[in-house]
Amino acid sequence: MSFINYSSREINCKIVYYGPGLCGKTTNLSFIFKKTNPEHRGKMISLATETERTLFFDFLPLSLGDIKGFKTRFHLYTVPGQIFYDASRKLILKGVDGIVFVADSQIERMDANIESFENMKANLKEQGYDISNIPYVIQYNKRDLANVVPLAEFKKVLNVNGAPDFEAVAATGVGVFETLKAIVKLVLIELKKGT
Amino acid sequence: MPTSSLVMFEEEFKQITAVIDRLLKEANAKVVFLVDKDGQLIAASGETGDMDTTSLASLTAGNIAATGGLAKLIGEKEFSILFHEGEKDNLHISIVGQRVIVVVIFDQRSSLGLVRLRVKKANDELNAILQKLLRRVEKKPSVQENLLAEITDTDIDKLFH
Repeated sequence: MSFINYSSREINCKIVYYGPGLCGKTTNLSFIFKKTNPEHRGKMISLATETERTLFFDFLPLSLGDIKGFKTRFHLYTVPGQIFYDASRKLILKGVDGIVFVADSQIERMDANIESFENMKANLKEQGYDISNIPYVIQYNKRDLANVVPLAEFKKVLNVNGAPDFEAVAATGVGVFETLKAIVKLVLIELKKGT
Repeated sequence: MPTSSLVMFEEEFKQITAVIDRLLKEANAKVVFLVDKDGQLIAASGETGDMDTTSLASLTAGNIAATGGLAKLIGEKEFSILFHEGEKDNLHISIVGQRVIVVVIFDQRSSLGLVRLRVKKANDELNAILQKLLRRVEKKPSVQENLLAEITDTDIDKLFH
């Protein structure tokens, strides 16, 4: 749920990175954090376990500049990917304006991708959203690995709705900003349509 | 969409700021924040200078969401007040009108009893302003549409240059 403040002339939106465990959601945020001018971003907060697995969420506030005199701010969140943290995932989806679904390209993670995507749809539905009317993009991460699912097959399975999709290697930053740019654009277009 | 966008106008912002400024004084607190349940900072008053207010807002919302989840598990609607006691500073968190969160940071110059009392009074006032704001947004969606309708694809592309 966006927050438009006419007093401080700000538009605030919430973007959630969703996907199976170890697919690279936190890595996406870390790369954005590293490559963004400190003036345009806040601190990155990671509520993680001692082994650096996301426990509740990661959070990164980004300030992208002005549109028609309004500052645009995006709050990026990740969900914990591991299956047993479902209650936390539901909480983080509350008030979401746009979603980046990060898929793990490795063949052996295909089932996990599908399960996570179905879980996302179910959790969105529980919050009153429908996947067909919420802005989302898909990122096929870890394309640099040897044992990856061919892109055509990936699209056929995960992207039946034809959402914007991107190949990425989040660890080195390939495709990270392209993905972010696409979701920001979709969220602003959705806001423009009127809520 | 399950809930509409939260929109804040100059008039209500001033009224809200006046209420939390007064709460800050009357509760003898260090800082008072108003945060949306989704983690957006709405207003702040007090010694916020070196404080990371954005992170504070986000974590507060996460905290409320997590304890709200716990409440449901034991058959409660929500826990409307949370209190965290530190060595020097304490946090008093409460929910107003099921939509926004009031965060009061205070030290030994105040007390939990005083903060609770003042927050309760301020919450009623804040709730009235927020209800008025929500009614205003429902009635006049055109204000918002006008601003957003003017956004072009070029404006969006420019954000990334």
